[in-house]
Amino acid sequence: MQLIYEQSIPGRRGIKLPASDVPVAGSLPDTLLRKNPADLAEVSELDLVRHFTNLSRRNFSVDTNFYPLGSCTMKYNAKVLENSAALFAPFHPMTALLPGGEEFCQGTLGMLYDLGQMLADITGMDEVTTQPLAGAHGEMTGILLIAAYHAAKGNKAKKKYVVVPDSSHGTNPASAAIAGYEIITVPTAPYGDMDLELFKQAMNDEVAAVMMTCPNTLGLFNPHIKEISDIAHSHDALMYYDGANLNAIMGKVKPGDVGFDVVHVNLHKTFGTPHGGGGPGAGPVGVKAALIPFLPQPRIIMDDEGKLVLENSNPSTIGRTAGFFGNFGVMVKAYAYIIMLGREGLIQVSEQAVLNANYIKEKLKPYYELPYDMTCMHECVFSASRQLKHGVHAIDIAKYLIDQGYHPPTVYFPMIVKEAIMIEPTETESKATLDKFIEVMIEAARTAEENPQALLDAPLTMPISRLDETKAAREQNVCCQW
Amino acid sequence: MNDSNYCPHTPQEIQEMLSVIAINSVEELFAPIPSELRAKTFNLPPGLSEFETYDKMKAIAGENSDMLNFIGGGFYDHIIPAVVDHLSGRAEFYTAYTPYQPECSQGTLQALFEYQTAICRLTGLDVSNASLYDGATACAEAAMMALRITGRNRIIVDGCVNPFSRQVLKTYLFNLDVEIIEIPPLDGVLHREALERLLDDGVAAVMVQNPNFFGSIEDFSSLAEQIHSVGALVVASVYPISLGILKTPGEMGVDIAVGDGQSLGNPLSFGGPSFGFIAAKKTFIRNMPGRIIGETVDKNGKRGYVLTLQAREQHIKRHKATSNICSNQGLCALRGLIFLSSVGKEGLVEIARLNRDKAEYAKARLAELEGVRVLQATTFNEFTLFLAKPAEMIVAALLKQGIAAGVPLSNYYDDSENAMVVTVTEKRSRKDIDVLVKELEVALCS
Repeated sequence: MQLIYEQSIPGRRGIKLPASDVPVAGSLPDTLLRKNPADLAEVSELDLVRHFTNLSRRNFSVDTNFYPLGSCTMKYNAKVLENSAALFAPFHPMTALLPGGEEFCQGTLGMLYDLGQMLADITGMDEVTTQPLAGAHGEMTGILLIAAYHAAKGNKAKKKYVVVPDSSHGTNPASAAIAGYEIITVPTAPYGDMDLELFKQAMNDEVAAVMMTCPNTLGLFNPHIKEISDIAHSHDALMYYDGANLNAIMGKVKPGDVGFDVVHVNLHKTFGTPHGGGGPGAGPVGVKAALIPFLPQPRIIMDDEGKLVLENSNPSTIGRTAGFFGNFGVMVKAYAYIIMLGREGLIQVSEQAVLNANYIKEKLKPYYELPYDMTCMHECVFSASRQLKHGVHAIDIAKYLIDQGYHPPTVYFPMIVKEAIMIEPTETESKATLDKFIEVMIEAARTAEENPQALLDAPLTMPISRLDETKAAREQNVCCQW
Repeated sequence: MNDSNYCPHTPQEIQEMLSVIAINSVEELFAPIPSELRAKTFNLPPGLSEFETYDKMKAIAGENSDMLNFIGGGFYDHIIPAVVDHLSGRAEFYTAYTPYQPECSQGTLQALFEYQTAICRLTGLDVSNASLYDGATACAEAAMMALRITGRNRIIVDGCVNPFSRQVLKTYLFNLDVEIIEIPPLDGVLHREALERLLDDGVAAVMVQNPNFFGSIEDFSSLAEQIHSVGALVVASVYPISLGILKTPGEMGVDIAVGDGQSLGNPLSFGGPSFGFIAAKKTFIRNMPGRIIGETVDKNGKRGYVLTLQAREQHIKRHKATSNICSNQGLCALRGLIFLSSVGKEGLVEIARLNRDKAEYAKARLAELEGVRVLQATTFNEFTLFLAKPAEMIVAALLKQGIAAGVPLSNYYDDSENAMVVTVTEKRSRKDIDVLVKELEVALCS
């Protein structure tokens, strides 16, 4: 497809702008002006609409295809959430920061406050900040809160390490490293969780935090989680909960009850807000009481009369992690999602997400290697090791699935499983969809044995076949030169 | 089982699935969670229909007041063409995930490649990533990028940079061995002599903003040469609408340009989501944070797009990654691209001029008022006023009239009790401006 710039004709206009009703200002000195206008597209509105509509048709999406992408929780995004967010479009965030401005923002501040309370209930925390703009941003915020906690106790120099299991999301060690910590990685035991003995050996008083995903990226709930928390706390290390897999446990178990001190939640996963082709997400962070003094400012609090006000002058705060109050529009959608589903609805979400994952696991077990064969939570991880004997890798199965109309599962993650195929169906898929997907996966396994070349050639039905990633990395052509 | 909740199984289907798993109840699936750890309370209210939910959201929105906005400070009230909502609202865009599988994600990938192109052309720099979270975090990411590139550990920040961006920068870096030096503003612009005294070969980067928080426009070209002469980088935060007419970071010799993309087709929405952008000279591409889209070909030689230079990223490099970023603000960046493509090359120039014309009109009218002095500076669509009374008092009084008249500077700068910044975008009519002038006059007299 042509780029929008390749369709440009000099002088062609899209929209008409409002006429000016004020005098033309005197011109600025040349030293302050750009020499030439930015070479943006010059297309008619219809050309523009066709271009982006046709581009959109070159995407898979939840609304068009099953998307069993492990660790990403690609559930259906209810349409009323979009309508709800649009209601808040006109409100300027700076209004709340003007003198007396909170009074005119009680709706938006109250919504953020209530969302924080509901997320605190779901996660077992004492207070939530909605400022972090994505899951990884929440991780960084959480680790900075932990750093501030240790610094306040005079332990800034002493606390040097963050411990992560080797099955963790890459963002965990990356976030901790960016916040200034060295990383200790603990291997996974044959029972599918962080090796408890090796963990004990890794722990010492210089550890600032332990970051865990629970259930972990193999989809398994760690039965030793309380013991791990107790060991961490005995070294004054705090427990960080990566909320990527929260969809499995709502109403069943609360991270705060099993010893976690800080959590982030991915609103774009568990709480049904759309992923937008890679964002915007939102990563609110919940903390236990001991960490409240360090929360980012402005902090929304309720005064004695039930009015929402902003706290802006707490000297122990870590400061600010985003320009304003976080990805507010995403928060609106998550709030609407939570009140719409309610208590029973959220429990049902977790139950059926776990049911769907176990159903797929049982059905595919005869055809694919299942390295950790036990009851899983919301996702299950297979290995393409049997198919590899025929020269077929996980990526080839992924590409075959694209031809069959399925977005592939996550492949090659977690890194501890060779040729990993990580399937997270979510609760919103029907049994009929799951059954068809299972059939196609079985067909892929059969094709791997009988006609492996067919998998190596896939995809054949897309506008484009497999792409040369080496060429892209070598040439670094990241901007149209046309 | 209660009603749908977007969980489609019938009781019959659930039974069939349980028998495949060879268990009797869904509850058995939660057996791996030790019983003593199970949640004892769960206090959320009962669920609602989508109609009740929407009504409740409408009631919440109704508790906020709509203002006649003359405030900015990073977020701006600009026109948004109808095509932006319609095209970015296509579910194929907004319900897709990060384009890890390029063959079924060419829509997102090509759009983000076009977005990167737009950002490069807007800023006059060589390379852009596929967006960051927001303008404030983009400043912090640019600073960290400069620390990586130079191997130095000192950042100098112009005090005229948006105070929220400066706070985010401090928060990002407080646990690292990095020194941040802020230069207090001099009459609403960078205090150049103070900067010259601080420049030496320990400085990783100097961060400036154009137009700055006071609204002042500066040319940093000669300064960039001075900064480069000590081996430091220039990071500039810019306001994309102003780049319709203002000298680009590229033309000034800036190494890394950042900013908030909200003004490009994203609603105010109480502060988000918007997107941050970052563009740089080509030699710095491997030190850029976040996703980058690159052009390549498929095995038949057909042009296509992929996530490239992924070896910088956390999902490959874990703790050695250039940043921890996973998701960004892809859909908001798409809105930015659609906005820029809709207004087009000439349209952006006209919008920029319209902003300046309206602001200059407002500035001249306000300058005529008794008890108002305008800060002497060249400005775009924001300018600083000194009032005869405390600005906080005046702004609070006008809020009650439904006018957000400006941002008082007292919270952000010393000795600025009477100062405030006024923003005038193309959306404010002459009549709106005249209302502001009249109400401000009344407030100053009372």
